[in-house]
Amino acid sequence: MKFSFLHSRRIPLAWLLLTRQPLRLLVAIAGICFAGILMFMQLGFRDGLFDASVTVHRLFDADLVLVSPRSMSSISMSGFPRRRLVQVMAHKDVIGTTPVNWNFLLWRNPQTLSTRAILALGFEPGSPLLTDPKFSEKAQKLKNSGRVLFDDLSREEFGPVPDWFLEGRTVETEVAGKRVRVAGLVSLGPSFGADGNMITSRETFLRLLPSTPPGSIEIGLIRLNAQADHQKVLRSLSASLPNDVKVLTKEEFIDFEKNYWRTSTSIGFIFTLGAAMGFVVGCVIVYQILYSDVSDHLAEYATLMAMGYRLQTLFGVVAREGIFLAVMGYVPAYLSGQALYALVRSSTKLPVSMDPQRACIVFFLILFMCMASASVAMRRLIDADPADIF
Amino acid sequence: MKLTNNSQNNFSSVQIDGLSHWFGNGLTRKQVLYSVSMTINPGEVVLLTGPSGCGKTTLLTLIGALRRVQKGELSVLGLQLNGSRRTARQILRKNIGMIFQGHNLLRCLTAEQNVQMGADLLKGLSYRKRREHSRNWLIEVGLEDQMDKLPHDLSGGQKQRVAIARALSANPKLLLADEPTSALDSVTGREIVSLLKRLATEQNCSVLMVTHDPRILDVADRLLKMEDGRILPIVE
Repeated sequence: MKFSFLHSRRIPLAWLLLTRQPLRLLVAIAGICFAGILMFMQLGFRDGLFDASVTVHRLFDADLVLVSPRSMSSISMSGFPRRRLVQVMAHKDVIGTTPVNWNFLLWRNPQTLSTRAILALGFEPGSPLLTDPKFSEKAQKLKNSGRVLFDDLSREEFGPVPDWFLEGRTVETEVAGKRVRVAGLVSLGPSFGADGNMITSRETFLRLLPSTPPGSIEIGLIRLNAQADHQKVLRSLSASLPNDVKVLTKEEFIDFEKNYWRTSTSIGFIFTLGAAMGFVVGCVIVYQILYSDVSDHLAEYATLMAMGYRLQTLFGVVAREGIFLAVMGYVPAYLSGQALYALVRSSTKLPVSMDPQRACIVFFLILFMCMASASVAMRRLIDADPADIF
Repeated sequence: MKLTNNSQNNFSSVQIDGLSHWFGNGLTRKQVLYSVSMTINPGEVVLLTGPSGCGKTTLLTLIGALRRVQKGELSVLGLQLNGSRRTARQILRKNIGMIFQGHNLLRCLTAEQNVQMGADLLKGLSYRKRREHSRNWLIEVGLEDQMDKLPHDLSGGQKQRVAIARALSANPKLLLADEPTSALDSVTGREIVSLLKRLATEQNCSVLMVTHDPRILDVADRLLKMEDGRILPIVE
């Protein structure tokens, strides 16, 4: 191995061509880096928005979930009769159920007094709702009427509720025109549909939204015993329940929500298009750089051909320049991507992070971009006629 | 490898018979070479002179296997170039050293690396050996102190020395030089040509040099004159 390497090793022409022109190299790296950042941001936003749309969904303490077949997504949930959950209890593997009301209500910012739609969840404080073990203790406070738990990750437009609460102040405000008091904080996270969340008891929920029929709920959480086969229970429940409800596993419930944002809205398309723009811009930049590089050195390439170098060897030089550019552009793009993701997380509270799969995809896109541009720039090499240099 | 064998079998380095060449197509087609015939023997230094536009450079590029032969016989180092394939010509070029009017060094490489681009064409030598080989050639042309300089920082004479080292480092059997002294002052030009002749003779390498420069004609074993695409009969 070492032997053959010593024999095939040559002057690293591609590397020297790039590095002996630092200004051009810098422009190239900046361009590729820019394209990479654009792709990182667009794909990151896209995935982040899809993930953000299910932040609350993931936290539910449930194995199976009942929803109305008319529900389209978290922003348009339809109700179904609560007694379906009672019917579910009849199944031998079901160990518990939680009926949940789900709707958007207007929250008044206690500081500026402006109102904004907040996602309100209503449930029986005695039964489990979230997987977080500390939650059931907090839920006890909801047994008093008019108490709510506020999501401390909600956007700032809902007011400085977490700060006030932690200072020990009594935070009272209006939800849907009725007085409520914040009895505690939970951490759920804003989603694409909901800028903030609050949890309350069903009793308070029905008081805040009297138009809700008392026997109607939007989500039914079902917990199974540990040994139960989820798919099997799901099939038997689907068979026994009337078709005014749909049974989903928790994963399906999450996918159902993500799928809505992916297919029924233009978000996926817009951000993928944005990433494609980055790709195209990058292609143009790399092509320009490599093309002018080849043009500037055309006489030198022709000299090499006159010396007996093969055209393929020279193609290899341009291809290697492409690979070097890809790697040198990717590294700063990756680092800037990390930094920008952190910035996005802190300013929008969207769960955007450097997912290794996306890091790979962007790397291969950049590599492909550089190689495609290099292969077009190589066509210029065909013009290098060694007979012209005499 | 086959080429080497052939050239050692007492073949002429270059054998030309009735070589004609045209440029352009259709109505603008113009003949530049008229049935040229000549021979260069191994180890011989031949100078080719003549007014500009007489076809010297065209002849040189044809011998250098850089152009396709249109009509006539042209055999270089034992390879018939009329009707030869592109790959065969490319392999042949590895055995032909070329020195250009402009030095045509690679701007991004140091003197040493430029020479090594020539040495890299040698098969079967390790990187270290090829590096050593190029250094020896640079010492040979008197540039041991300028090895790490870029062409930009070298004088015209030094650049042409690097070009000579580069051409010779690939161990060519034939050296083609097109006005190697045109960009140099007379003293340096003289020096370069003498150096070229000495080194080529030591390597038993034939040289065909195209030149205008009357001051260097005496280095030639043989002098050929060309006019209007024809080689003039030798007048001694």
